[in-house]
Amino acid sequence: MMGRKEGLKRLLTSKAKTLELEIEQYLGLIDQSALLLEEAIKKYLNDRFEEFEKKSAEVKETERQADELRRQITHRLYAEMLIPDSRGDVLGLLETTDNLADVAKRVANHFSTEKPEIYPFLKDDFRELTEISIKAVHELTLAVRAFFRDVYRVTEHLDKVHFWEHEADEVEDRLKRKAFEAPDIREFSKRVHMRYFAERISLLADEAEAVAERLAISAIKRNL
Amino acid sequence: MPFGGLIFLTSGLYMGWSLGANDAANIFGTAVGTRMVPFRTAAIISIIFITLGAVVSGGGAAHGLGALGAVNALPGSFVVSLCAAFTVMWMTKAGLPVSTTQAIVGAIIGWNLFSGYATDQDALTRIVGTWIFGPLLGAGIAFLLFFLVRFLLGRFNIHLIRLDKYTRTALILAGMFGAYSLGANNMANVVGVFVEASPFTDIRLFGFTFTGTQQLFMVGGLAAGVGVATYSKKVMLTVGSKLFKLSPITAFVVIVSTALVLFLFASQGLKEAMESVGLPSFPLVPVSQSQAAVGSILGVGIAKGGRNLNLALLRNIVLGWVATPLMAALLTYVALFIMQNVFMQVVYV
Repeated sequence: MMGRKEGLKRLLTSKAKTLELEIEQYLGLIDQSALLLEEAIKKYLNDRFEEFEKKSAEVKETERQADELRRQITHRLYAEMLIPDSRGDVLGLLETTDNLADVAKRVANHFSTEKPEIYPFLKDDFRELTEISIKAVHELTLAVRAFFRDVYRVTEHLDKVHFWEHEADEVEDRLKRKAFEAPDIREFSKRVHMRYFAERISLLADEAEAVAERLAISAIKRNL
Repeated sequence: MPFGGLIFLTSGLYMGWSLGANDAANIFGTAVGTRMVPFRTAAIISIIFITLGAVVSGGGAAHGLGALGAVNALPGSFVVSLCAAFTVMWMTKAGLPVSTTQAIVGAIIGWNLFSGYATDQDALTRIVGTWIFGPLLGAGIAFLLFFLVRFLLGRFNIHLIRLDKYTRTALILAGMFGAYSLGANNMANVVGVFVEASPFTDIRLFGFTFTGTQQLFMVGGLAAGVGVATYSKKVMLTVGSKLFKLSPITAFVVIVSTALVLFLFASQGLKEAMESVGLPSFPLVPVSQSQAAVGSILGVGIAKGGRNLNLALLRNIVLGWVATPLMAALLTYVALFIMQNVFMQVVYV
């Protein structure tokens, strides 16, 4: 009897529930890709290159999974005619969120192929920049989750995304100035290389902010 | 039934068609316009529930309208209904807000003036009173309902995907109620003026009596059904995307509060229940659905903080109170004169 009841319940809720779970899972993957990148960069900064490569591969794999899941969600939303009213918003949101995993993958890849020589006096700044940028991404995934479940809390998280993005900008700026002012770095190309990586890492926070702008508008629309 | 009877009913059928094409579209407009509910589903629900409301509960409001002036000759009913329909059509074409209720009331007064029957002042006051009270009540109900819905949504934190599912179900249920109330309250505008001169006789089947009046209401319901099937899709898409841009959830609030207003002014059972406990009851008269809807939309607007309040809507309501009955009355008076003296028909007895 219990089994039949459960079967019936599953039959009634499966479509919506599956999609809900997939969206949760997708946001989890985005979050995970950022956290894996953080780990990867920290390994790199500690000169543990083998471990870095391992983490870097994990970032790539997570990005691939997120991409696949996003396509599946998009297909489901259209094929099963769900949320016609806010479908455009949701799809746009998921797509731009996907950029975050994409940026994470590319940053990891740049480290892996270009193997930048990070000067010891810049290591702490790179570490801080990474941590702050990842915080922006994490806060953004929380905001997106709130958009689906508790729309009145979206702003709270978005404020934090903006805060971390601003912090990231400051650290990026500080890092670049140090790189260009430091007498230890002799070659100009190496200064430019430091600048390039600072900008790449900070791009994560910038992308998070771009999604945040979009999310703010979608959230207003959802406020009844 | 003589063939002439059928011909004279055509103007009523046209009014019924217009009810189905326009007013039913107000109910499912947002739902269909935003693709939450497929048109086919909306159409089937509208047809069934409008007819059901008309047959089960349509008599009350028709009686209220009959008290205003009992049009007692079929050619007279034809003219009254036709002139009301023409007024609605003309004003719609001119882009002016219009309500079938006000048109039919004006037309009946036109008939009263022509035939020399006195207009029952009490009935008139009751009906005109509801024109003001209807939108106000709609605004009040929508205001409260909006906060209730928002409270519930805030409390349960339903995931967007699941909320979508619940909203669809809610829109369908609200649509059923809306269509039923529309049939119960507004079908009086369509067939009310034919009640006294009805060409139908009672039919007894398996111990049930299907009265002539009920048959009349069923015919009106079917005419509305044709209106839904043939023309309402176009109107629904306009309502859903242009006129009132509502989210599916606010649309739900507006539909329910509009339907409640119409229901309150149509339910015999409710009237008796309220009177039995000594409460003041609602008079059973037709009220304007579109104005109740505009009232409800304003109610939601106020609940949202009054930022997007469109005061032109209010002005239009007041304009409708004056312009529509005046024009319908004038038109009916002239048309009755022509019917009597050119076509040699008896328009009153």
